[in-house]
Amino acid sequence: MTSTISGAPTPTHKPFTRSQSIALVFCFTILGAAAQMLMKIGTSQQHGGGLMGYLTSLPLLGGYCLYGINTVLMVFALRDGELSTVYPFIALTYVWVTMLSIMLFHESFNSLKVLGVTIVVIGVAVLGRKPKS
Amino acid sequence: MLLVLLASFIGSFGAVFLKSGAQKLRFGLRYLFFNPQLAAGVFLFLTSSGFYILGLKRGEVSVLYPMVSLGNVWTMIWSRVFFKEPLTRAKMMGVFMILVGVFFIGLGAEAR
Repeated sequence: MTSTISGAPTPTHKPFTRSQSIALVFCFTILGAAAQMLMKIGTSQQHGGGLMGYLTSLPLLGGYCLYGINTVLMVFALRDGELSTVYPFIALTYVWVTMLSIMLFHESFNSLKVLGVTIVVIGVAVLGRKPKS
Repeated sequence: MLLVLLASFIGSFGAVFLKSGAQKLRFGLRYLFFNPQLAAGVFLFLTSSGFYILGLKRGEVSVLYPMVSLGNVWTMIWSRVFFKEPLTRAKMMGVFMILVGVFFIGLGAEAR
């Protein structure tokens, strides 16, 4: 943490706490799900517009932007958070995507999905719990 | 199926590079943009999603979803090997439950 690059003064950063890193991944999963919804909307609107169609579609552009923002969020979450805690959290995206697809695209709602979502949420909660030290 | 397995493997390395790049971050945007590890991480993620999409095109979601979350298992191993993060029982439990949960979501997505 004390290394300097070419003698430049190193502005020190205050490390994020564990909860802050987890909060960042949490936002990541929500934005990631939103991006996937936009991608779905964008691709289902395509009626053979070719490459230009893909480059000028607003939902797709929105989706790309969210993915971009998300990459930055992930980098900051990983800066101080443990990789082995932060990475599995991404699975929460499945939870949001499943719920949003049911609400927005009227995809089927069934007990398997409910069961899966519940187990993922519990798994993430187990991971996110404060470690006894 | 192999494609998706490969995607999860590559993606887990993407995470490793992102993490090692992120640890070098200082205040200032140039550290964000001129950072070979971060670039490698992003590149690996893009590659992995390419494989993933190819795999999804010819495969069943119920098989492919859990394969993707196998990436969690790889990542857990790399976290231990490269970053010396403790491998606790809570982490293993959490990841195992996520795998099971994602498996059911995949099954549910198939049962239309």
